[in-house]
Amino acid sequence: MKSLAPVAIAIAVLAFLQAATASSEYFVYLSLLVGVNVVLAVSLNVINGMTGQFSIGHAGFMAVGAFSSALVSQQLDQYQLLGFLPAGVGRQLFFFLSLAIGGSLAGLCGFIVGLPSLRLRGDYLAIVTLGFGEIILVVVRNSPTLGGALGLSDTPQHTTFFSVWFAVFVVILFARRLLASPHGRNLVAIREDEVAAEAMGVDTTSYKVRAFVVSSFFAGVAGGLFAHFQSIITPGDSFSFVKSMEIVVMIVAGGLGSTTGAVVAAVVLTLLPEAMRAVFITVGGSNAALAQSIDQLRKPIFGLLLVVMMLTRPQGLFGTHEAWDLFKRKKPT
Amino acid sequence: MPDPSTSLRTRLGERAPLENLLDVKQLEVSYGAIKALKGIALSVGKGEAVALIGANGAGKTSTLRAISGMLKPHAGTITLRGQNVTGLKSHQLVPRGMAHAPEGRGVFPNLTVKENLDLGAYLRRDESGIADDLKKAFGYFPILEERKAQMAGTLSGGEQQMLAIARALMSRPTLLLLDEPSLGLAPQVTQTIFRILRDVNATGTSILLVEQNAHLALGLAQWAYVLETGEVVMEGTGKALLASEDIRKAYLGE
Repeated sequence: MKSLAPVAIAIAVLAFLQAATASSEYFVYLSLLVGVNVVLAVSLNVINGMTGQFSIGHAGFMAVGAFSSALVSQQLDQYQLLGFLPAGVGRQLFFFLSLAIGGSLAGLCGFIVGLPSLRLRGDYLAIVTLGFGEIILVVVRNSPTLGGALGLSDTPQHTTFFSVWFAVFVVILFARRLLASPHGRNLVAIREDEVAAEAMGVDTTSYKVRAFVVSSFFAGVAGGLFAHFQSIITPGDSFSFVKSMEIVVMIVAGGLGSTTGAVVAAVVLTLLPEAMRAVFITVGGSNAALAQSIDQLRKPIFGLLLVVMMLTRPQGLFGTHEAWDLFKRKKPT
Repeated sequence: MPDPSTSLRTRLGERAPLENLLDVKQLEVSYGAIKALKGIALSVGKGEAVALIGANGAGKTSTLRAISGMLKPHAGTITLRGQNVTGLKSHQLVPRGMAHAPEGRGVFPNLTVKENLDLGAYLRRDESGIADDLKKAFGYFPILEERKAQMAGTLSGGEQQMLAIARALMSRPTLLLLDEPSLGLAPQVTQTIFRILRDVNATGTSILLVEQNAHLALGLAQWAYVLETGEVVMEGTGKALLASEDIRKAYLGE
């Protein structure tokens, strides 16, 4: 029961926030973007932060989840399978199902990619994950079922503030519990010294694959959520190497290994270009062309941020610390 | 030195008749086209301390890594307590009573001393036994108890080596594999570590020790093997090898 309390509280708070913010379409849209990025960052942190492996293909797993769940949703929409239920309930069930399928397929891809390649270390693994991300896009571009280069359009827009932030809640809760568990300790042991962890009897390959599968699963769910509010998904920038690097930048900036850091950095770095745009509009009037060029500064700013961060605070914003550890320390023991 | 091309190894001294704990036969390991081990045969008796000595590149570490499952041997058999364990991996060997303290210490720098030791016992579920062994480890290495809340990375080199050994002992091994415990340490610290290893051995834990410092290794070991370019060229009691003219010339610089 104790473990269910936070879930109940989260559901109540999210339902309230959903109702309270429903009037502002812009806010809801931003919150969806932020939420998806938080799920991506926190899940990538399981591989890159906790386990110390270097994956730069997270957007590939996101793409697997996005395209497969969008396809499932579109197919399901054609059949009135759950017609006897109220329309909203049936839709949410279908949505949940499509997310589960998207996540599972991404997890399966994580397994297939991870099993042979996690014997590799460092740069070699990075290259394999990079290759995977690109292969997925090529596959999508060349498969008519997934819409080829045009991608999938008319995906039903099921994603709500609630569903995204509930996923955020779940992934954070998961990451937190994982780190505190013996499994998490093994992952950290692998990060700290793989040879020593192996000598200690940790099945390093198996744990690395598990971390990869779990992380890919959540990336797939994030992709599914993304597909169901964008409606149109194309095998382009939103799933490319650039996106993968964006997520890597988020977790490096937040502090590799810190879930709190991943969350904070994902929120800040997603909102930053939006904030810049808002600032620019107030300063320079509503010049669309200029606003667009500001938006293109996002990548240089990411790069600059990373350089400054690495020079001044190489361990990232939070290092490996977590917000909840601070609360723990304040309590009298 | 005896001619390595002859298959007859020189044997010095009499070995105490002990039941075999570890038995390695015709062990071969290659890195690509390079054959690092060309058929190593050695054994460790129950409760015995055995040393592998030899120059750089002789294959000492490769032998140890193959035995502890971190390297896959290309040929040969490894038998542990009568069970064929050839090709098993570390995580399968640790529960069978083998613990490996790898070269270069390999402690987890950003975990505390206590957390490092907990990881050593990670395959065990007997809480009271773990607590006992923790007490025992702190008994061997009192400095670690003083520093148990400290990050392992902030320990001195000697303390890190002690931690690596203590951590290996936390899995309650019957066979402890040690790779160069004296590496990069001051002579005094090394002396302390070897004294403790002697105590550990005296409590019945068998030790297979790889060591550059032949003097120390032969002082500790009851039996020792001399490796040269992937082959055992000589074996004998620690004392007899220490007294041998060839060994003194080749490894003790006399």
